Amino acid sequence: MSTAEFAAARAEPTRAAVSVQDLRIELASTRTPVVSDISFEIGRGEILGLVGESGSGKTTVGLALLGHARRGLSIAGGSVLLGDRDILDLGDEELRRLRGALVSYVPQDPASSLNPALRVGIQLREVLEAHQADRNGQRASRGDHSERIAEMMREVALPDEREFLRRYPHELSGGQQQRIGLAMAFANRPRLIVLDEPTTGLDVTTQAHVLETVRQLAKLHDVAALYVSHDLAVVAALADRVAVMYAGRLVELGTAETLFTSAGHPYTRRLIGAIPRLTGGRSLLGIPGRAASPGRRPPGCSFAPRCSMRIEQCDQEVPALRPVGPDHLVRCIRAEEVLTKEQRRIGDPIEMPAAGDLAAVRLDSVVALYGRHEVVHSVSFSLAAHECLALVGESGSGKTTIARAIAGLHHNWTGKITLGDLPLHTSARRRDADTRRRIQYIFQNPYGSLNPRRTVGEIIGQPLRVFGTASGRDADRRVAEMLERVSLTASYAARYPDQLSGGERQRVAIARALVCDPAVLICDEVTSALDVSVQAAIVELLGNLQRDLGLSMLFITHNLPLVRSIAQRVAVLHDGVVTEVGETAQVLGSPAEPYTRQLIADTPSLETAIAEVGIAEPPTPATSPG
Amino acid sequence: MRARFRWGGVSRFIVRRLLLGLIVLFMVSLVVFAATQALPGDPARAILGRSATPAALAALRRHLHLNQAVFSQYWTWLTGLLRGKLGTSIAAQVPVTTLLAPKLVNSAVLVAVSAVVSIPLSIAIGSWAALKRDKIFDTLSSNLLLVLAALPEFVVAVVLVLLLATTVFQVLPAISTIPPGSRPWNFPSYLVLPALTLVIAVAPYVARIVRASMIEVLESDYVEMARLKGLPERTVMLRHALPNALGPVFQVIALNLAYLAGGIVVVEYVFNYGGIGSAMQEAVINHDLPVVQALAMLIAAVYVVLNLLADVATITVTPRLRTRL
Amino acid sequence: MIPAAGADMAAEAVPLDAPPVRATSLLRRSLRLWRTRIGIALVGLLVLIAIVGPFIAPHGSSAFVAAPFSPPGKGAVFGTDHLGQDVLSRLLDGGRSILLMALIATAAGLIAGVVIGLVAAYARNALDDVLMRGMDVIMAFPQIMLALVAAAVVGPHPWVIIVAIALTTVPRIARVARGAALPVVERDFIACSEAMGVPRWRILFGDLLPNTLGPLMVEASLRMTYSIGVIAALAFLGLSTNPNDPNWGLMIQDNRTALAFQPWGAVMPIIAIALLTMGTGLIGDGIARTAAGIDRSRGAE
Repeated sequence: MSTAEFAAARAEPTRAAVSVQDLRIELASTRTPVVSDISFEIGRGEILGLVGESGSGKTTVGLALLGHARRGLSIAGGSVLLGDRDILDLGDEELRRLRGALVSYVPQDPASSLNPALRVGIQLREVLEAHQADRNGQRASRGDHSERIAEMMREVALPDEREFLRRYPHELSGGQQQRIGLAMAFANRPRLIVLDEPTTGLDVTTQAHVLETVRQLAKLHDVAALYVSHDLAVVAALADRVAVMYAGRLVELGTAETLFTSAGHPYTRRLIGAIPRLTGGRSLLGIPGRAASPGRRPPGCSFAPRCSMRIEQCDQEVPALRPVGPDHLVRCIRAEEVLTKEQRRIGDPIEMPAAGDLAAVRLDSVVALYGRHEVVHSVSFSLAAHECLALVGESGSGKTTIARAIAGLHHNWTGKITLGDLPLHTSARRRDADTRRRIQYIFQNPYGSLNPRRTVGEIIGQPLRVFGTASGRDADRRVAEMLERVSLTASYAARYPDQLSGGERQRVAIARALVCDPAVLICDEVTSALDVSVQAAIVELLGNLQRDLGLSMLFITHNLPLVRSIAQRVAVLHDGVVTEVGETAQVLGSPAEPYTRQLIADTPSLETAIAEVGIAEPPTPATSPG
Repeated sequence: MRARFRWGGVSRFIVRRLLLGLIVLFMVSLVVFAATQALPGDPARAILGRSATPAALAALRRHLHLNQAVFSQYWTWLTGLLRGKLGTSIAAQVPVTTLLAPKLVNSAVLVAVSAVVSIPLSIAIGSWAALKRDKIFDTLSSNLLLVLAALPEFVVAVVLVLLLATTVFQVLPAISTIPPGSRPWNFPSYLVLPALTLVIAVAPYVARIVRASMIEVLESDYVEMARLKGLPERTVMLRHALPNALGPVFQVIALNLAYLAGGIVVVEYVFNYGGIGSAMQEAVINHDLPVVQALAMLIAAVYVVLNLLADVATITVTPRLRTRL
Repeated sequence: MIPAAGADMAAEAVPLDAPPVRATSLLRRSLRLWRTRIGIALVGLLVLIAIVGPFIAPHGSSAFVAAPFSPPGKGAVFGTDHLGQDVLSRLLDGGRSILLMALIATAAGLIAGVVIGLVAAYARNALDDVLMRGMDVIMAFPQIMLALVAAAVVGPHPWVIIVAIALTTVPRIARVARGAALPVVERDFIACSEAMGVPRWRILFGDLLPNTLGPLMVEASLRMTYSIGVIAALAFLGLSTNPNDPNWGLMIQDNRTALAFQPWGAVMPIIAIALLTMGTGLIGDGIARTAAGIDRSRGAE
């Protein structure tokens, strides 16, 4: 494409900035489709949210808009039209000139996407230098570039001084790194920006700022944006239109309003139902089963195996993506019924049992340190028997440190922690076996908390062996029991962790924690690494178990709305200090402390998003599930 | 979070590593001493053999200070070492320094030639194989290097002699005896086969590490991002890929150069090349303890210095590590 | 209200897709690669020769058969060596000592190295530093150097060489073991065992060791290759107790003066050593590739 053509393409005021048609991406070696039949358009200045859970193929689609496929994948068919030109037809050099100039990418993990050995200033500058010859045929001077860079930095609210630009990526915070990524993306005033979950791993407050920056820049420069995410709340707040992907296909496409108030596809409905709500304590509903990986997808509708509305016809052929309303496409043969008959599936409100009077665990003036650095400053609170207390805070607030101190995994603390009447030793090894048995811990990362060399049965049975609670056939029976309890069949006992999905692994971790009848269960961000629907199922399971077994549970999370679905009381932690403690409804509904208020304000939630759009939530109480 | 790149930090690091290196050398000296003079049995007898007269044994024992207490023996030896007095060779009856100095030069030239050839060659092969991954060049070179890496050096040396000097072709000398008093660079043909053997001994390892490191870098997020920014491929390779790939390579290069220090023993012996390697072999056969001790300390010192240089080089290429200093 | 057992998993029985990945299966999987098979075949062949050789040799290994350096002919398929002994018979007899010594030395070094490396990785504190500095001291010597120094003093007895090689193998293995164990130590399942109060040694050998077997097996075969090479080289350099013991390394040295006209005396043992070391090298590479392939497919999830 010559410079002139580029300029012409840029100036053309077509309706759609980008138009994707029948995009199909396969595994290069086996020709198995990973993503197929993808068609959508994005207009200038419009933000399209591309939503899906892990394995749906959304990142793959995002990268294809830059003509890029990751190793092992190849773009097999379809077209991506930018103006009149099909990106997929371009040669290497033309593609190179397109990337960073007409189409930009903002990656998910800013830390690993910046070259650790180069100063950030250079990495910003090179994006300008690589494309400046295309713009007007003249080489811009170094000074021009420096000015431009300063301008870019101001746009993303970063300091525009030389000193800052001389830093290396690891000297910046996560939020700052992501802003650099945004600056690079907007540098050459592209027509299309693909943002791939850019706020994953950022604090809620930082996330709010970054999203605001994205929104402003998009509006300012009239850029079309594809926002790929699994976080529906964020998408609801940001996107004009939304596309939902499942198992490599688009299943629904429409305006944000339409989707979040009256979705037409059963999967979308279930997904929305799985999102934790900041208001109103409702149990979350997960989706049974798991999505099929490429090559294992059923011949008919891919969602059919998990769909409550499945009929015989669903298995026979893949439904077409068809219009069911103005600007609303759904890939379901029963979409009309979904729209009219089935109300949004809202779970039953939770009945929280009364907490006991005794404190199961009490912290008194606990000060915790890392080396010589104090991270928890004299924290005191108590966890009552049979209650679930949520401990919320952002990263660095000290919540995990407190949790590990209670479990005896973090030794460097002073103060007093008691289990019932019994003061606890700092180190788990020095506590007696019964004490260790009564406090159990579930970790965040399902991929690291199970020994890959042991079977599921051995993993769950380990506490029985260590504490001598049961052995031999007795132990096997108990293991099978626990598997059933966490909704896995007994046949799982012979499997190995790498054959299980993330949600299944967390269930195994829960089974392991409960097999010895503990009194206190500490859940450390146990759903942060899981998809929304899986998270809902796990939280549901934990909630039920806690209530049925009378466990005292400490639920650690940074996800405020999630707290509503499981905890009676909540303690808010900020920089190592407990700022507010109280009943969940109270603290989240009418917070007393400014920090809590700020946290709630910054948290993207469906309610606020829908409220902003101006549609009221459907009336409560919940109607029966369809 | 705000840490600045300070040269002061790097020089502090160097000083710390130097001190650590000195401690290691000190411990090495203890080990060398213990191995040679403090072991049970009589070193004097071991040296002179069973037929030695009591008078000769007594004279040797006095010469080696064996009648002193162990610690003072060690002290005598260590202080002598530091002052450059390395003792007298028992076999040659000349000061160790006089004996070894020319041989040191010979070995240094040989190692230098080998390094200068093997390192750029390995980096080139490794990088190219990584770039053209799983294609013909990569498969062929990987398998060839695997085979070459497995063979012991003396086998490689003798095979080279067989191929190029005696049986198949006869283009190079089978023996590389540098006449005493002359310099190795005056006899370039003598250097070819020994250097080639050393190159074959070392290149496969370095090439493999370079390849692995390069592949990892080429698959990294930041290289993908550089391509998605539309940077020219040359910039991606030279500015983003190569510097990050070379970081881990320095350690391996140092390790391999240190390995050469052991490799020259065999290679010099095969080619009768007058360097410290063949001197070591002779000294061992003759139980010439002062020479053995001196050479062991020398080689350990070389190893420590090489490791230090490798660490400094790694730090220079990896800014992330600098700010933790 | 607990969901009925299995109800929400009933939707679709997830088939067991990826085959399980465990230590023994790592070995088994690596057997699928051609290179591993070739490696095992080579090593097997040479081990067989080493064991059975002496019994099928046509002549005694020190029996005088013909004039020194006679070309191949009757009675001596590959001719005779520098003392008129049959090359073939000496070849068949010459591998045992090298293999045995290499095996013992590598095994000893492996055990000690693994223990030190794992302990250092798990301790993560001053103990780690001390152990690794100690390893650095030993690593300051090229392997062959330590053996030479020891032989210079005590004499070239087999046990001296075995100890020297084992000693220099320890830090190299320890480094690899520690490097492989460090990322595993950070994983939560180790913390879980600690929280349960599982004794330390149990965590080391029950949890940590099985998860580091991949890199360890690769390094073990690498070490074996080296040990064989160094031991053969030491014989080549003239360090053996009995100069007339049949030994491949020694054979090469003794017969290389005749390379121009009777090469077989040196070429045959060269082929033997080359095939042996190539074999162990291929096995190690096969395991390494299998492990890398497994990691890559797991990382793709």
